Amino acid sequence: MTGADPHDDRPTSPAPDAEPGPGPEGTEGPDASDGPGAAHGPRAGGDPGDGGTDASRDACGPGAADGAGGPGAGAAGADGPGGPGGAGAGGAAGPGGVAGTDGGGPGADGAPRIPLPRASVEDGGQPLPGTRPAPPPAPLVLDHHVLKSLLGAWALAACSPEETAAVEEHLGDCGGCADEALRLRAAVGLLHPPESLDLDPGLRTRVLQGCLDRRPPRIPVPPWATPYDAETARLDALLQDIGDDEWDAPVRLRWFERDEETSRRTTVAGVIAHLLSVDGLVGVALGLDDPLADLTDPDEPSPARRTEAYWRASRLPPSRTIRAPWRDQTHALVRTVGFTGGTSGGLGVSYGDFVLPLRDAMLDRAFECWVHAEDIAEAVDYPYEPPAPRHLHEMIDLAARMLPVALAARRQVGLSGPAPARHLVAAGTPGRSLRLEIEGLGGGEWLIPLDSPGAIGSADHEVAHVALDGVEFCRLAAGHVTPQEAAAGQVGDRDAIRDVLHAAASLSRM
Amino acid sequence: MTTKDAPPRWDRKMQQRLARGEAAALGELYDRFASLVHGLAHRVLGDERAADGITRDVFAHVWEHPDAYDPRQGPLRSWVAALTARLAVQRLRTTETAALARGGEGSAEELEVRVRRASVAARADYIAHSMPAPLRAALELAYFQRRDYRQTAADLGVTEDEARRRLRLGLQLLSTAHDAGTPGAPPGCGGAA
Repeated sequence: MTGADPHDDRPTSPAPDAEPGPGPEGTEGPDASDGPGAAHGPRAGGDPGDGGTDASRDACGPGAADGAGGPGAGAAGADGPGGPGGAGAGGAAGPGGVAGTDGGGPGADGAPRIPLPRASVEDGGQPLPGTRPAPPPAPLVLDHHVLKSLLGAWALAACSPEETAAVEEHLGDCGGCADEALRLRAAVGLLHPPESLDLDPGLRTRVLQGCLDRRPPRIPVPPWATPYDAETARLDALLQDIGDDEWDAPVRLRWFERDEETSRRTTVAGVIAHLLSVDGLVGVALGLDDPLADLTDPDEPSPARRTEAYWRASRLPPSRTIRAPWRDQTHALVRTVGFTGGTSGGLGVSYGDFVLPLRDAMLDRAFECWVHAEDIAEAVDYPYEPPAPRHLHEMIDLAARMLPVALAARRQVGLSGPAPARHLVAAGTPGRSLRLEIEGLGGGEWLIPLDSPGAIGSADHEVAHVALDGVEFCRLAAGHVTPQEAAAGQVGDRDAIRDVLHAAASLSRM
Repeated sequence: MTTKDAPPRWDRKMQQRLARGEAAALGELYDRFASLVHGLAHRVLGDERAADGITRDVFAHVWEHPDAYDPRQGPLRSWVAALTARLAVQRLRTTETAALARGGEGSAEELEVRVRRASVAARADYIAHSMPAPLRAALELAYFQRRDYRQTAADLGVTEDEARRRLRLGLQLLSTAHDAGTPGAPPGCGGAA
């Protein structure tokens, strides 16, 4: 099979490997050293015997295994001088190799292997299409411009066997096409699979910080927005790396409602739609266009209701196309908080049931972005690391600051017993406290006032001590582990500990 | 490879934002070009840490000299790629020369060959990255997916003539990577900075 030859040839020579390009072959292969000599042989000395044979033998080398001299020669001739040695050398060697082989075929003009037409082509530098007598019976007769148009496909071994044979036949006749064939074959060797997109996520932070140190920004990103900037970039890197079908992978969103585990089934794309919907709340507070403007009641800005509305409104299940609007919105948020600057941190962002200052809302969105990125990573079996310790610390701090309110909310709905009357404290004074010790990178210690959101945590009034790993605590606050399962070291008032762990879980929501 | 043929408007606005000193713009610039920059640098230097270093240098350069880019000269993407290739080849030459001076193996000629080869590889990567998306898609199918040109035509929903044209034109563009210094071979030959 002549047609098989270039196909066999592809993986071995121009195939991408660690070495860039076909350089090594060009320098080491016999063609590069012998080629030009062989090509000159017959032309200069008129000694067709040796030169022609040499050229044929060299050219046939890789093709010989297939027992197909002709096309094999074409390919080998193209590969040999295709190295970066320069167009000049390649041009001289190439047609020699090709024509030499070709000359062996017809044996025109009586004497064996006198490549007269080739010599005239090279000397005159003119392709001589159509002036040559018909080649030996070829299965396919194509005119010059079709053959020329096939050169790219030929170089990539993407023609039919008949076309391959016809092209290679033609290369012996046409110097112009032979030159181009060599160039294109050499170019194939430069194709290279794209480098992996897996950049170290820490590199982004380091590179940006390095830049900002060298030229301080006039419009900085507020420090409370950098965790969001970093987490959205990390998630986006994951999304760029997954295949189309993985966007449909099932994901279960999990959270706690009234101490009950709750969950909702969706897909990877559905999770991004969820993030887009809830991030939109921050956008609304900043005066950006709401992507859900037509879908939801602006007076009822609940994260869950917005998400359900978005899911319902899309006629097709969300797909990879959701990535761009989500990413555009994340960029717009970071950009906008940069402009509104330090003054906007206290602006209120309404979540329906509660309001967070913008700076905390951005932290909350960073936290949610990480939590859901983990959901996605788990669904598509992708490694995913916790946030940078500095960012993790701020997320934990936000959760710790929200605990007193969450404790009060649990009391109000009767999920925990009322605080003993003697412990009720006035706002701004020290109250009964639980020491929350978070271990690991990003950890720290927080004193959680137990009996009133207005009270101040106090070491003197410490009644219990809980120790947890930072990531474990975040999973608890995300509703991904139950208060019973959370691996926590506990000392002291068991009710207080139980209340705080349940309050942490109650911070989770859809 | 995702095809992001960014409109020139994006390039112009990005430059203005960088010039204004907007840190958020720097982040967006990174998000758009980091994988291009890192990939090119890695192709030239063959080393993760060295590629990280070039990535740092490239973004620092753009951030510190946003006016060095002239949107009328072409897309920002090309300019960033050219800058990357230039810095990476420079670093390769420096480190290899230093290794040679310390009595490392090889000769000055071999060093030149390696540097030249790396430049060609960088130019080729850049060309493959910045050629019109339809050409790149055709090459990708024919080479990486091993589709013949008829299958390629069917996959792309174009005529067989058109598929042949795209494959040939794509390779012709790519082959200019060998022609250092000729017009139309963008990276590595000035332009940036």
